[in-house]
Amino acid sequence: MNRKNHFNRREFLKKGSALIAAGSLPLSLVEVAFGKTQAESFTFAYISDSHITHIKGNNFVRNWDRGLTRAIAEANLLTPRPDFIFYGGDIAQLGTPEEIDHGLDLLGALRGDVHHVMGEHDYYLDLGEHWRKRIGPDHYSFDHKGVHFVVLNSILTHDDWIHKKWDSPMHRMKAMARLDNPDGSPFLVGDPQREWLRKDLEKVSKNTPLVVVSHSPLQKIYKGWNFWTDDAEQIQAMLKPFDKVTVLYGHVHQIQYNQIDNISFHAVMATAWPWPYPSTYTRQASYLPKLTVEINRADPFFERDGTGWQFINMHTGDIDVHYALPDNRNRSVIFDKKKGHPVDSGHQAESARIPPMKHF
Amino acid sequence: MMTTLDSCRIIALGIVISAAGMSLVNAAPLGLPAVPIPADNPQSDAKIALGDRLYHEERFSADGKISCATCHAEEKAFTDHRAVSKGHNGLLGTRNAPTVINAAYMQMQFWDGREPNLEEQSKQPPVNPVEGGLPNHDALLKIIRDDAAYVKAFKQVFGVDKKDITIDHYAKAVASFERTIVAGDSPFDRYQYGGDKSAMSEAAVRGLEVYLGQGRCVSCHLIEHDQALFTDNRFHNIGVGFKNIQGRVGEIAEDFLKAKNEGADVDVTVLSDPDASELGRFAVNEDINKIGAFKTPTLRNIELTPPYMHDGSQKTLEDMVNFYNNGGRVNPDDPLTPFLSGGIRPLNLSDQQKKDLVAFLKALTSPGIAAKVSSTKIID
Repeated sequence: MNRKNHFNRREFLKKGSALIAAGSLPLSLVEVAFGKTQAESFTFAYISDSHITHIKGNNFVRNWDRGLTRAIAEANLLTPRPDFIFYGGDIAQLGTPEEIDHGLDLLGALRGDVHHVMGEHDYYLDLGEHWRKRIGPDHYSFDHKGVHFVVLNSILTHDDWIHKKWDSPMHRMKAMARLDNPDGSPFLVGDPQREWLRKDLEKVSKNTPLVVVSHSPLQKIYKGWNFWTDDAEQIQAMLKPFDKVTVLYGHVHQIQYNQIDNISFHAVMATAWPWPYPSTYTRQASYLPKLTVEINRADPFFERDGTGWQFINMHTGDIDVHYALPDNRNRSVIFDKKKGHPVDSGHQAESARIPPMKHF
Repeated sequence: MMTTLDSCRIIALGIVISAAGMSLVNAAPLGLPAVPIPADNPQSDAKIALGDRLYHEERFSADGKISCATCHAEEKAFTDHRAVSKGHNGLLGTRNAPTVINAAYMQMQFWDGREPNLEEQSKQPPVNPVEGGLPNHDALLKIIRDDAAYVKAFKQVFGVDKKDITIDHYAKAVASFERTIVAGDSPFDRYQYGGDKSAMSEAAVRGLEVYLGQGRCVSCHLIEHDQALFTDNRFHNIGVGFKNIQGRVGEIAEDFLKAKNEGADVDVTVLSDPDASELGRFAVNEDINKIGAFKTPTLRNIELTPPYMHDGSQKTLEDMVNFYNNGGRVNPDDPLTPFLSGGIRPLNLSDQQKKDLVAFLKALTSPGIAAKVSSTKIID
């Protein structure tokens, strides 16, 4: 039977508007008109931090598989199709070939080209060897519709820590995966990659919108959990001459956004689990981005609550991040041209905020 | 900066204000809160009696045989004991008739919550092409205006002359009647809220433990400290119906949205088209997160209302428990929908636990309802 024959029309009282949830995601993205700059408008999706975890044989942790599978199925529904998809790193939990391969198998269901970012969970077992073999270089740049994209491997660290006397490569992996590890080491983009970045940016005119994608934040938030990149200020200084810069990062498993001078920062959600905000967890110094309105506390019964993925609207070089949050309220963080920084469309007013988790 | 406590207080105040705007007619049965009555539709005996007649009026259909009571029959615990409902001239819909019992407590009506209250809900079925099949509401109003007894009753209840009777008057009367169809006082209510620890069997008491614990039922089918509606008034994709649209979700969603944007009616489309029906809450709010998500139904009187789920696909309580035990699928090796709610996962219940859980579900039957139900046989 032909479905279309069933979609018959009827004169009817239209009362739909009251029923349509304010936070709903448009399946059809409205193309936003843009001014006469060289940048065209387009969209892309962003999925990150799936932490696929191998148990043994063909068994993987069900919950993390489900998170990635759901994000892919939802992203596949976007029409018109996004131009490409970023995968923001930490596809694996302990960097094993089994985990990376299984994660890439699941990602195979995604419609569209994927640009990958290296996460520390992908790296510290074999120093990224299997990841690079399957995926390619861990830092690169490309131009798309007038926007220059740069992907950095921001989760490197000091050579003496990497090559100190470990019991095994897995020992090193687990040391880097641990929060509040007194014997940990801060993330670095590092001298060679910064030199590569300097040369890459030389070719780019200063009025070209720039999007820099990394796994860890290229701003300093909380060192104990490596919500931190040690040479963040040096990177920021290299980005400062450009008119419009956006930095996108994963790793923190929570909504964060910020504006430092000309640079807009957005974090993306994990498909695996949410982290609490560091300010709610510690008395030590935390530099939670001041613009951020924290997400409300997730209901642990619903395994997907507090996780999600994003689709991103890029127009005239500015970025709107739409967060798809299963079992929670969807949110959008949109660059406000007048204010000159990103604004949370739903929760800026104090009265419109959801009380976040403040204690355990 | 407003503290968490302040915002809680403001929310609580909001509830008090809206509660003060309601009048209450019915005393609450054991285990249930007072029935919420909207301020603009107060209960009266005459209005309830009029609603009762309208609810049973078969002339509000294309073949003169279908009333509200056809699919929500008192002798079938206000359902029809069919997998999906049958409208005028034998036309089949796509969804299982939910019971009217305690529908008055629901914060949204229909499986996908496409109407906010009983008043708005009551307007749809008479003019749905696979239910009542009337061309429009004018056809329904003409029947009322041509009937002297109805004209008199509408004048008495609403003070309106024949020409001023509107579909809203009809809706208010039907909703008022439906607000009297409430039932608690089950063995569970007497056990939990009535202080009678002998009201439930030992198996049902063990089943309650499963319900609250390993079965994970209570997280959506809520039990509160002083009452239990057995719903969270939210929407979840639990895997029902996925097999029918597997691999075609994107195409179906896109076609549906295109048709909706061109003016297709949601109520008509989801009840006429089996594929569109499976989109669930998404069809209403277009939220990607709500593909295949349906409203949590109450569990009260569930023993009397087979078959189960939005498509009537589960025939028995045992089938339904197995479906959940397998993490949202009939067989443990069936494919899972990628849109599955994060609350649904394999439960690893033992056979004894499953039996106990079913015993508990059977303890949710209200004696006043059961007395009117002679058979629970599913009608094919």
